[in-house]
Amino acid sequence: MASYQHNNLLVTLLFLVMMLTTFSAATAAGNISGQRQAELHNLLIQDCGSCHGMTMKGGLGPALTVDVLKNKPRKMIEVTISLGRPGTPMPPWNKILSKEEIRWIVDALYSGVSL
Amino acid sequence: MMAFIKVVLLTTFAAVMVGCSSTNLRGTGDLGVVIERASGSVQIVETTNRTVLSRVTGLGDLSHASVVYSRDERYAYIFGRDGGLTKIDILTSKIVKRIIQSGNSIGGAISQNGKQVAVSNYQPGGVKIFDSNTLELVADIPATYGSANKQSKVVGLVDAPGQRFVFSLYDADEIWLADLSSGKPVITKYKNIGRQPYDGLITPDGRYYIAGLFGEDGLVVLDLWHPKKGVKRILDNYGRGSKKMPVYKMPHLEGWAMTEDYAFLPAVGRNTVLVVNRHNWKHLMSIPVHGQPVFVMARPDGRQVWVNFAYPRNDTVQVIDTEKMEIIKVLKPGKAVLHMEFTPRGEQVWVSARDAGKITVYDTENFNSITTLPMNKPSGIFFTHRAHRIGL
Repeated sequence: MASYQHNNLLVTLLFLVMMLTTFSAATAAGNISGQRQAELHNLLIQDCGSCHGMTMKGGLGPALTVDVLKNKPRKMIEVTISLGRPGTPMPPWNKILSKEEIRWIVDALYSGVSL
Repeated sequence: MMAFIKVVLLTTFAAVMVGCSSTNLRGTGDLGVVIERASGSVQIVETTNRTVLSRVTGLGDLSHASVVYSRDERYAYIFGRDGGLTKIDILTSKIVKRIIQSGNSIGGAISQNGKQVAVSNYQPGGVKIFDSNTLELVADIPATYGSANKQSKVVGLVDAPGQRFVFSLYDADEIWLADLSSGKPVITKYKNIGRQPYDGLITPDGRYYIAGLFGEDGLVVLDLWHPKKGVKRILDNYGRGSKKMPVYKMPHLEGWAMTEDYAFLPAVGRNTVLVVNRHNWKHLMSIPVHGQPVFVMARPDGRQVWVNFAYPRNDTVQVIDTEKMEIIKVLKPGKAVLHMEFTPRGEQVWVSARDAGKITVYDTENFNSITTLPMNKPSGIFFTHRAHRIGL
């Protein structure tokens, strides 16, 4: 019973986090200028694409297509982009991109990237 | 009268056309291919008058695409990210044949005798070897490793003298030597060479295969004159050091600059170019540069070394004088400089700037920009003289 409640709490928390993420992403996109969004799109396709493929089907880095991502929590992807993945070539981007910009990229990945 | 004039005009026109087709005979030694990575196309260029001759489209995902040439310098083999292998006739600008040979590939090589083209694949991991004439499969070498029979991503594939190919297994920490002199691949495996070999190169004389390690500091050397002696570790200070630096773009080893006495290499994740004694592989000095180096390339005469950089400092090229060991020129070819290619004897260098959408051609003596050519997201530049260089 305790564990059930615990799980419930986790689900609620996760839901809240997701809501917050979605909400802040929506406002984040609003704060990013059109020109900057175009730059981020280019960064995603071209520079992330160097390792993940321009169509996000993978390369040295894993595939990041909508199909692959639908089973992965957004927060994990956001944290990976921010902090990198130790032991792999994935670098931390939080020194280069703002939180809002990283969320914009996560949004773009989950909604599907096109050239 | 009008009819007569028409006939005369038409005859003259036909004669001119015939005349043209005979004067259009040309060699290919001054030709090259520029990858337009986002549109799945290439531009065929010539370096004598520095013009674009034509464009070939329909080549798939060309992120990280590379090219090797047939030994007659007429055909370009283009390796695409999506597993596509395309053979292009650069004289007629036509696709001769195109196959999808895997799900995800990273590069290729052509054999010493020009008869085989090898492709290194990420998915499924391994090397496939094709007849260079027909693109029919000659050999399939899955990069299977460990007790679970997993397949590793393959990187750093090069050709070596003796109808051999050498490559590294990124996930398996192995180097494999495939000897095709008997017609069938005979594989020698070097295991536990060091963690995550991420790229490899062969010295211009074809003797040493060198793999860079991402998972630890240092490089691995295989002496192809004495392959039974196994691999040797060098430059244990090469790499990111105890405090791991983030790497925003993997350096490319193929571009390693070798002069008579020195090798110039990109440090991994650090804003330096390392100078190494080519004879004993000892580190001599480090030259501070603008950003994390990606390509470090020597002008063919070895007098200069040109360097480009990783995101976000990738709008710049620096030139190092190999006698003074210092930077003598800083150039700004535009946003996202991805590649540089020297003409066969090095009087010009072509530099691609992806986000600026252009190639800039520089005079390597006075560093003046000679011309610029608009291109759609240009990346790799490959001139035909690569056909006659080991490892390219």
